Amino acid sequence: MNEHLLSMHDVTAADVTRILDTAGSFREVGTRVIKKVPALRGRTVVNLFLENSTRTRISFELAAKRLSADVINFSAGGSSVAKGESLKDTALTLQAMGADAIVVRHSSSGSPLQLTRWVDAHVLNAGDGTHEHPTQALLDLYTMREKHGRLDGLRVAIVGDVLHSRVARSLSIGLVTVGAEVTLVGPPTLIPPEASTWGVQVSYDLDELIPKLDVCYMLRVQRERQRLEYFPSMREYARLFGLTSERAAMLPETALIMHPGPMNRGVEIDSDVADQPASVIEEQVTNGIAIRMALLYLLLGATGAGEAA
Amino acid sequence: MTATVMTADDIRRAVTRIAHEILERDKGAADVVLVGIADRGDDLARRLAAEVSRIERAEVPVGVLDITFYRDDIGLRAEAPEVHETRIAFDVSGKVVVLVDDVLYTGRTIRSAMDALMDLGRPRKIQLAVLVDRGHRELPIRADFVGKNVPTSRDDNVRVQVQEVDGSDAVTVRRVGDGEEGA
Repeated sequence: MNEHLLSMHDVTAADVTRILDTAGSFREVGTRVIKKVPALRGRTVVNLFLENSTRTRISFELAAKRLSADVINFSAGGSSVAKGESLKDTALTLQAMGADAIVVRHSSSGSPLQLTRWVDAHVLNAGDGTHEHPTQALLDLYTMREKHGRLDGLRVAIVGDVLHSRVARSLSIGLVTVGAEVTLVGPPTLIPPEASTWGVQVSYDLDELIPKLDVCYMLRVQRERQRLEYFPSMREYARLFGLTSERAAMLPETALIMHPGPMNRGVEIDSDVADQPASVIEEQVTNGIAIRMALLYLLLGATGAGEAA
Repeated sequence: MTATVMTADDIRRAVTRIAHEILERDKGAADVVLVGIADRGDDLARRLAAEVSRIERAEVPVGVLDITFYRDDIGLRAEAPEVHETRIAFDVSGKVVVLVDDVLYTGRTIRSAMDALMDLGRPRKIQLAVLVDRGHRELPIRADFVGKNVPTSRDDNVRVQVQEVDGSDAVTVRRVGDGEEGA
């Protein structure tokens, strides 16, 4: 394990196994009456969320609290950031307060890496711009391994707005690392040109792929990032790349339907498809807490170089 | 140099004797549950349970406890300690819980195990059974049932092998200064 979690590029296949196995033990803790263990008692975890996110922040907050760490939530609105403080000064303030780990979500790609140059704390990337979202990728890998019993050789389609999706990038890298076969599917305008360097296939025809999939991973259409018109209309998008009931019926019986949330029901996924048994979207959320507990435990549970300074 | 302090037969006899002692102390197997500390303690717990069942003709529930999250040295080692699985499919509240471990040494593992158990419920009693007590306690903890007391120096390496994990049963002590890698 590295000292920080910034990108799925830094996570080896052996790391994935260790993280997923550790998360398995934390899943059991989540089923107890007392869902809390003293593993990180006395450590301080700062959630530095400079871009809006409720789901990921709550998941990290719960993960840290279940490990008995002290949690501080720091968000853009109403903080010194709103008064014009730079990321560097914010980081140095957190450092001075003795943060052991900083979980950072930021609209600029690369800001978690920048943060590691200023602070001694362990840095966990909780989503940076359109770059990466490694904890989401790991919880998705956990869910796939739990349901299929393996990752090697799994046929996975990642469907939709790949261009703006940090989830798609992290998940593609992670899946390729563990030997899965990944196909990115979407309108040509939403597939990044460099995707061919990720070790994945690209397709523009969802219907052709559907009957051969082990996992159909639907991405959210990020309306807030659609400054340009990437496709003619939502209706056309839904018809060509949405997971409709008709398409879902063509999936193999063992195939999983996944989505990182929050969903646009009726756009990338039909409402009744999201609620059918093959859909494991809620389990992804539950697994997210266990994965984040595992990562905090593995990073903070060792004497990293970060504590030597 | 390495000395064998318990053979497979010695271990078998010790397990049988401890099973009898548990039944004697707790006046039968009612309310008795066995919880082994991963790893190897759980294998010994299963053997003890089988002996108790054979003697008393009563089923004794067995669970596995992982104490990693309750350790007092998290963050003090280069790598975070490896995590095992906790599998206790019964309620420990009101039960006589016999903790089972392979070696009793500093007592820190047992302290962690008691904390972990308390988070799962409120046992009526907690007792401790170990295959080997090698001394050098750092906490006020003692075992209720001991397979064998083995005097050691702090630098000695006590190794318990069980069939289930290591392919054979034995307890060996490796004295210092023999240049071999510790287990």
